[in-house]
Amino acid sequence: MRKVAIYGKGGIGKSTTTQNTVAGLAGMGKKIMVVGCDPKADSTRLLLGGLAQKSVLDTLRTEGEDIALDDIRKVGFGGAICVESGGPEPGVGCAGRGIVTSVNLLEQLGAYADTEKLDYVFYDVLGDVVCGGFAMPMREGKAREIYIVVSGEMMAMYAANNICKGIVKFAEAGGVRLGGLICNSRKVDNEERMIKAFAEKLGTQMIYFVPRDNMVQRAEINRKTVIEFDRTAAQADHYRNLAKAIDTNDFFVIPKPMTGDDLEKILIDYGIVN
Amino acid sequence: MLLRHTTKEIKPREALLINPAKTCQPIGAMYAALGIHACLPHSHGSQGCCAYHRSTLSRHYKEPILAGTSSFTEGSSVFGGQANLLEAINNIFTVYDPEIVAVHTTCLSETIGDDLPQIISKARDEGKIPKGKYIIHANTPSYVGSHVTGFANMCKSMVTYLAEKSGGKKEQVNIIPGFTEPADMREIKRLAGALGVKTVIFPDTSDVLDAPQTGKHVFYPAGGVTVSELRSTGDSIGTIALGMTASASAAKALDAKFKVPCEILNLPIGLRATDAFVDALRKMGSVAVPDVVTEERGRLLDIITDMHQYFYGKKVALFGDPDQMVSLAGFLTDLDMKVVYVLTGTADGKFAERIREITKETAPQAKVAANADLFTLHQWIKNEKVDLLLGNTYGKYIARDEDIPFIRFGFPILDRIGHSYFPSVGYYGGMLLLQKILNALMDRQDRDCPEHQFELVM
Repeated sequence: MRKVAIYGKGGIGKSTTTQNTVAGLAGMGKKIMVVGCDPKADSTRLLLGGLAQKSVLDTLRTEGEDIALDDIRKVGFGGAICVESGGPEPGVGCAGRGIVTSVNLLEQLGAYADTEKLDYVFYDVLGDVVCGGFAMPMREGKAREIYIVVSGEMMAMYAANNICKGIVKFAEAGGVRLGGLICNSRKVDNEERMIKAFAEKLGTQMIYFVPRDNMVQRAEINRKTVIEFDRTAAQADHYRNLAKAIDTNDFFVIPKPMTGDDLEKILIDYGIVN
Repeated sequence: MLLRHTTKEIKPREALLINPAKTCQPIGAMYAALGIHACLPHSHGSQGCCAYHRSTLSRHYKEPILAGTSSFTEGSSVFGGQANLLEAINNIFTVYDPEIVAVHTTCLSETIGDDLPQIISKARDEGKIPKGKYIIHANTPSYVGSHVTGFANMCKSMVTYLAEKSGGKKEQVNIIPGFTEPADMREIKRLAGALGVKTVIFPDTSDVLDAPQTGKHVFYPAGGVTVSELRSTGDSIGTIALGMTASASAAKALDAKFKVPCEILNLPIGLRATDAFVDALRKMGSVAVPDVVTEERGRLLDIITDMHQYFYGKKVALFGDPDQMVSLAGFLTDLDMKVVYVLTGTADGKFAERIREITKETAPQAKVAANADLFTLHQWIKNEKVDLLLGNTYGKYIARDEDIPFIRFGFPILDRIGHSYFPSVGYYGGMLLLQKILNALMDRQDRDCPEHQFELVM
């Protein structure tokens, strides 16, 4: 079973990319579980055709600790098993603790057991690594490989660099590795070249460049992944290619995070000036 | 040798405390809350916090300590403690019917960032606080400060939540007695009464945590400052705050809010500090000091002069809370004792400076440390022994290992009684303190002296 976590700046398209990739992998016959680690609980909306299942934490709150696995799992497109960790309303409680609780609970309930015969587990994690809770999927060998969704925008790259710092910390103790950057294009000038250079500096690879296409938005409005919405679309091919790239990936590294100055230099060298 | 691993050699340490000389903020907050009449303290956090705080107070005062808890679960940690606190408030007023609930936070509720004023106002909007009843709160994360900080925070909350100004003046003086024993608060009241000054003492745990055995359990004992007295503090002539660390913030809040002038004094432990307190009371209350008080003072002075030879030059180590240390170091220095080591577990930037000012002539080489631990104190003692150690119960390990006479003083005292019944403040408290010191020193002399020096008369 491969355990994959997707990180990246808020709003960069982690959930969209994750679900489309999962749809691609499912098309290859893989059995996958997706764990949404975002209090908004919207990480599996496209796979499930809308917000549907009860989140782990809501269930914990209403039914106490006596939870059955099927209370919180729901099967979506292509047989992908969907779980939402959930969490508090904005401004109260502790969302980080929520992720810790929910991942532990899933383990306790045997969601990752061999009998489940999973090929992949995907963790889709909220925004930046703001506290220990959001690093939970990286800890203690939970996820083994990390992909960071990034674009050519400065803040996205800044966040990616920060996430790499987190990976370094846990890589030494736990064995988590960076599998690559997924560039989700924002049509920034020289974006592909810049992210490739950025990846190289970090000691990793740009595993795929996903071009920007309104097809994604159309599919989202219909609560579907692109692959489900229009399997013949060019964008569907891109996601299938990304799925293939991840499936065949064997380049896993401990990243070398950059200093702020070096990061700005890349932006100047590839972005603004040229 | 229970502390046989303590080494004489002192190495620099940065990230480790061994045998801390302090405890949690909520313990102080809970103790302060018990000094309000018919108040139920409430701990907003997990059950274990509340159980620990109650048991520590019970072990020290040998009285039942009643307090509620929000009983956080995994779910409350994630979703916030609002639902639990609202239910607790409803249960407390329905079942236990206190006049006031004093909520303090814990590390967990602080870290997840529960907004207590918002929750309390929601409780009010939902009608969960009966008319004429009150809720106050203090933020008491234990990773900041110590039990003294928690006490100070709750005292300040009493003022910020309850004090009012009606427009008229009340012929009364507010006294904030600091984190002291019920007996001390009782003694402070008695002294003020002897001077004829009307006072509002807050908090006041006398008749709460030293309540008499009547054969009948009373949920809310007779003592404690009442809510209406607390509300009237804004109309008082002035405030006397005893102890910079525990009492100053509440007094300053009253000054800032209602222009009630405040005087911040040292705890009245010993002759000089009690003189300052009596003098402040005399001025603020516009009264003359009556003969009974002057005579009491004379008796304390008499012991000091009669027994001076036994105090003179004796080397003493002290540890405890900052306010107690400042006054005690001053008193013992006045007796011509050499106060060579003074240590507190509470972080207090001015502590060392204040103590050194006191000991600069009698013990210029004195070692002083704030935010420090008992391991450090023990190492100091191993390097140069003292004749007497004063501190809370945790000092007994050092005293036993180093074979030093030991007087229990401060918080907590878990293995003896008396501290809650016999004061150490005021002239009378000073006499009791001297009696303890003399007994300890003289017992030691009787034990250790050669036979030809074994005196009948001392």
